[in-house]
Amino acid sequence: MSKEFYVLTSNDYHEGLKNNKLLGLRCKNCGQITCPPLPTCQWCGSTDLEKTELSGKGEILTFARVYVPPESFEPDYIVCLVRLDEGPTIMGRLDYDKDKASLKNGNASQDIIGMRVRLDHLVIPGDKFSAGERVMPLFKPI
Amino acid sequence: MRDVAIIGSAQTKFGKLGKSNTELFCDASLAAMEDANVSQKDIEALFVGNVLGGFEEGQINIGGHLVGALHLGNIPATRFEGACCSGTVAFRDAFMWVASGFYDIVLVGGMERAMIMGTPFSTRTFAMANDCKYEGTTGITFPGVFAMVARRYSKIYDIPLDKLREKMAHVSMKNHKHGALNPHAQFYQKMGNLKVEDVLNSTVVCDPLTLMDCCPFSDGGAAVVLASADIARRYTDEPIYVLGVGQGSLGHMGAQADITKPASRVFSARSAFKQAGLGPKDVDVVEIHDCFTSAEIVASEAMGFFDWGKGADAVESGQTDIGGRPVINSSGGLMGKGHPIGATGVAQVHAIVEQLKGKAPNGNQVNPVPEIGMTDTLGGGFNTIAHTILGRSRR
Repeated sequence: MSKEFYVLTSNDYHEGLKNNKLLGLRCKNCGQITCPPLPTCQWCGSTDLEKTELSGKGEILTFARVYVPPESFEPDYIVCLVRLDEGPTIMGRLDYDKDKASLKNGNASQDIIGMRVRLDHLVIPGDKFSAGERVMPLFKPI
Repeated sequence: MRDVAIIGSAQTKFGKLGKSNTELFCDASLAAMEDANVSQKDIEALFVGNVLGGFEEGQINIGGHLVGALHLGNIPATRFEGACCSGTVAFRDAFMWVASGFYDIVLVGGMERAMIMGTPFSTRTFAMANDCKYEGTTGITFPGVFAMVARRYSKIYDIPLDKLREKMAHVSMKNHKHGALNPHAQFYQKMGNLKVEDVLNSTVVCDPLTLMDCCPFSDGGAAVVLASADIARRYTDEPIYVLGVGQGSLGHMGAQADITKPASRVFSARSAFKQAGLGPKDVDVVEIHDCFTSAEIVASEAMGFFDWGKGADAVESGQTDIGGRPVINSSGGLMGKGHPIGATGVAQVHAIVEQLKGKAPNGNQVNPVPEIGMTDTLGGGFNTIAHTILGRSRR
């Protein structure tokens, strides 16, 4: 059998999310964390990785309220980038008051950047292009 | 490597056209070949940028069909796909094949027909340019990406969001002003006199971006004929030389150090400048990938035209409009001219060629006729970026 380089596959990662567990990889070379999974450390490129569970906590780096979605998504949701306490940044949805996270709240909407959040998850049905159901991080304010 | 010249270029009208991908490509290509004074037997290879042909009209494997339609014999044809950067990726490859000496004359173009798909399906397929497993699942769209860029930019540089939105509005105002003067533009004779309030008060598509912060979906094609510089003057009195090209890549957005300073763009632009032996100060006119207002601002910084955090002030002050330097998007850009994604990079090259020949539309021509022009094309969330630097004089 040929060598498999993925210590953690996207399927494993999404199964973890469905149990509100955020799985990542610890690099045995540089000690840093990679998330979501890659076959190489996102910091140093090493393939010497081991699976690890992350805290699922972090802070909002930026976000956007989407009114016009791709086909197969229900409109009006918030997408965000979250810098995890362990270092990597991942994309997810934000479960928060939508009007506070929009221009209706003026400059104060920017205060959401830096907000502490914790991981939950959301599953939506797949479409014919998504290779199965869609599992995503859903971040909630701490 | 040999020097390479553009000996002919053309684009179709952009907008809602009701033509197939092959028809759009051939309209642009035959016009470019006419401009280059070449016949079918002169073309040795075909390079095409096209992204969504399979989704738009059920056409993949389009290269051979293009060769057949153009009656180019049995020459090789290759399709390039790098989302909205596809045209420039195809152009760069075509350039390298001529520079290497493998071919003397090639045809490169791109096309797209997105309008027939409608907004929801177009948005779905465009969003496929994001990482499908870890980003696409969330329903992120490209307005979403550049809404996130705008909010991050506001935070990093401590520019209140309402002030930043006013600065961003100037990108839309400037590019629509030029698009309204360009007969090939999707918004020709439309929206040429926008005011800040018109942009700010337009429908919110993806908060904080309004419709007028966004480029449209478009149909259209563009093509150029490239030749070895040594033979270019056999075909044209006005060869435009390809002085440098660059291309850069990045993985998913989370793995990027700073989405307001895409490292792929810095890498690509520096590669192009290094090859050309030039720097940002040498560039007179540039076509920048203004898919969204915030996109033009961060691109103008990453290419080295302005310090980090100063691109928003530059556009607001008029420094990037005609009369300033560098002039950004004098063709109307993606916002005013349109964005048929496979064609866009080649259409940007065509726009710079027109500027360097003094043949840009009335009101958009920079005077005196510029010496050095540049193009910047973005695919996805900074995943694929490519540049070209063009000049009136050989290196």
